[in-house]
Amino acid sequence: MSSQDGQAVPPKALTGLGGFLDDRFRGARGVRTFFKKIFPDHWTFLLGEIALYSFIILLLTGTFLALFFKPSMTDVIYHGTYTRLDGVRMSEAYASTLNISFDVRGGLLMRQIHHWAADLFMAAIFAHMLRIFFTGAYRKPRDVNWLIGIVLLTLGMLEGLFGYSLPDDLLSGTGLRILEGVILGIPIVGTYLSFFLFGGQFPGNDIIPRLYVIHVLLIPGLILGLIAAHLFIMFHQKHTQMPGKGRTEKNVVGAPMYPYFMAKTGAFFFFVFGVLALLSTVAQINPIWLYGPYNPVSISAGSQPDFYMGFLEGTLRISPSWTWDLAGHTVAWNVLFPALVPLGLLLTGAALWPFIERWATGDYAEHNVNDRPRNAPTRTAIGVAAVAFYSIMLLEGANDLIADHLDIPLYTITWIARFAVFLGPALAYFLTKRICLGLQRKDRDLLEHGLETGIIRQMPDGEFVEIHRPVSEEKRAVLLSKKEPVALPAPGAADENDIPAPATRGLAGKLRATANRVITESVPLTGGNGHGNGHGNGHGGSHGDEAERAAVGAPHSPVADGDVAAPGTVARDNGQQSGDAGS
Amino acid sequence: MSWITARRRHRASGYAVVLLGLAAIAVMYASVTGQGSQAAASAPSVSGQSIAEGKFLFSQDCSSCHGLEAQGTSLAPSLIGAGAAAVDFQMSTGRMPAKEPGAEMDRRPDVFSQKQIYEIASYIGSLGGGPAIPDAAQVSSSGANVGLGQELFAANCAACHSIDGAGGALTYGKYAPALSQATPTQIYEAMQTGPEAMPVFDDGAVTPSEKRDIIAYVTGTRSEPNPGGFSLGRIGPVTEGIVAWIGGIGLLVLAAMWITAKRREEA
Repeated sequence: MSSQDGQAVPPKALTGLGGFLDDRFRGARGVRTFFKKIFPDHWTFLLGEIALYSFIILLLTGTFLALFFKPSMTDVIYHGTYTRLDGVRMSEAYASTLNISFDVRGGLLMRQIHHWAADLFMAAIFAHMLRIFFTGAYRKPRDVNWLIGIVLLTLGMLEGLFGYSLPDDLLSGTGLRILEGVILGIPIVGTYLSFFLFGGQFPGNDIIPRLYVIHVLLIPGLILGLIAAHLFIMFHQKHTQMPGKGRTEKNVVGAPMYPYFMAKTGAFFFFVFGVLALLSTVAQINPIWLYGPYNPVSISAGSQPDFYMGFLEGTLRISPSWTWDLAGHTVAWNVLFPALVPLGLLLTGAALWPFIERWATGDYAEHNVNDRPRNAPTRTAIGVAAVAFYSIMLLEGANDLIADHLDIPLYTITWIARFAVFLGPALAYFLTKRICLGLQRKDRDLLEHGLETGIIRQMPDGEFVEIHRPVSEEKRAVLLSKKEPVALPAPGAADENDIPAPATRGLAGKLRATANRVITESVPLTGGNGHGNGHGNGHGGSHGDEAERAAVGAPHSPVADGDVAAPGTVARDNGQQSGDAGS
Repeated sequence: MSWITARRRHRASGYAVVLLGLAAIAVMYASVTGQGSQAAASAPSVSGQSIAEGKFLFSQDCSSCHGLEAQGTSLAPSLIGAGAAAVDFQMSTGRMPAKEPGAEMDRRPDVFSQKQIYEIASYIGSLGGGPAIPDAAQVSSSGANVGLGQELFAANCAACHSIDGAGGALTYGKYAPALSQATPTQIYEAMQTGPEAMPVFDDGAVTPSEKRDIIAYVTGTRSEPNPGGFSLGRIGPVTEGIVAWIGGIGLLVLAAMWITAKRREEA
């Protein structure tokens, strides 16, 4: 697809208006640049847009809710439409949420859209982040935007936590109680901070109005500003693209903003809105009237936070009850550690990863073409390990529901999770890396031998061979997009005079050399034991015969020897490959 | 994905997508909602039982564990003083006679007729007091204060049974059962006798009038409609999160694939 279609002449009415505006604001050049902006077509590039559009819907529905919500903890006796809570003492915040749900026209629908949009916003951020990670789209020059994304994720979690705390129902109060516990767990200043935040003893009368201001003003403002920065940086640096035919580090292949992408992204907004409206009309979310008003003496079984905080719930539930008594002060490791360390590891690790990878690979170049996940086995394996770690904690956060519904004793689940949290990521890392390397081998075979056609031909001398068909041009370009990692000198490697390479000296040098060994593990696209006649593969170790490698795989030696050429297809294969490599 | 791409402009593709979506939602709905059948409220009228008849049934079906004189054995506790309410609760919910010993007896279809249960209950009651089976007025919801029932339930019951009566896990394989099938009489008897891991809420702790409020809250909550759509099992944010990922992200990923799909190249 090319960008020439972008030159289509707009309707006359538009040119008139455009001329009027351009005469006054001189915007035509900027708008032209914007209209000609190229967007690569790939479905994963729309994951971030789900988050963007969910956020817009959150702002709109949130404004509606703010018109009717009363962020006040003043005690009232409820005598409203929902008769099952008639005569119950509750806060004004909870009463007004009941009012929104049962008396305000469209109020319950707005509440549900708002809540589903929040869940979708966070889910889309996670999905978007995983796509960026696994394709290596965070690499230079986009590492700064990656960091902004991590801040956005963190802000989204806080915004959600404060949002579902506002209705002051039994579930939200339970969440705030845990928040109070975590704050109290901070050594030395914890009690002071807690009293400062809650305006006295928990729950006090101040927390809802305070969270309200943070929820509707401070964090949305920050998120809005950071989203703007995120988008402008993306716009300025241009999109990454998936590898393919004609896609290089210097170009972007896709459709222009006007008219193609504008139509697509506009349609996608309505898809997001439509899915949220669908969910909100058929699926009940957060039925606060069932939970009843918050009361510090009450708690319900099966209390869970929204899914994006479920990880923290899991770390808290898994944590052994360790406390220290230091000079009359309690250090509550059982709360402090699960609240801060695992999530801190994940987020800090994610933030540092682009820089760790750069240090370990020595690859300081700019990257605009994405990696296929299999072509960066170590990165992919670390990502899957992190996902496993996160998922195990998320499941552990629902351990009582799992116990109840699957008839497994509660503590059994907790103990399984305590081991799985260490073993699961390790197993995920190992398996993923092996799978990635296996897929690399498959790619190499495809490139060297082509696709099996299932046609067996008997040669004049009686030999049977299977005909292989070379892969398509597009597929070949994708396969060839793999960049072989450059290995740094091995740890302890010495030259002929027994002098170790400077880069591997010292602790940092050794560490870097070891990390480099791990991260550059790869099955080269060319080489291996490719026999020209298509049999004898399947033991794709690196023990292949050098002469055959040169003949079949290496693009710089297109000469195939005679017996290889016999079945026909593979020789052509070689010719094309060398041709590509030359271009 | 290529075969989808090839057929996505087919005349029937739109209908197929809608059907698939509906089917997915139906499966999700069916998997998260319970059957929720309700047992009819029993009307206990403790009259005309024959203690001798009860003793005979007891010696046949209960005495192997509880002892010939209900004095208890190493397998099961003494029932002297347990009261008629305890017998009615355990037997009408099918927990007794026990199928096999375990961390907790499951609710099962009852194997004795209500008349037989009353006979055994009156026999146990005759051995030495204990709470009696409540009459219809004691468990009636009419005129009960549901709001107070909500507050009492939240403070005393929700920690194990969950606030909407969905039940919950306890330690070491025990659990607080869902209250979806419990009859008003059974709820009352459970509070009076404290079966399994449940504490006793006698009339000193929860007055008879408050017991009616709690019963009214429990039976009212489970018959309450869900104004927001499907209930998702009423077990809170866990199912909501699953729906957000499968229903929300899932549908939108399909939409994104559709929007960005290219015409299939001739292979």
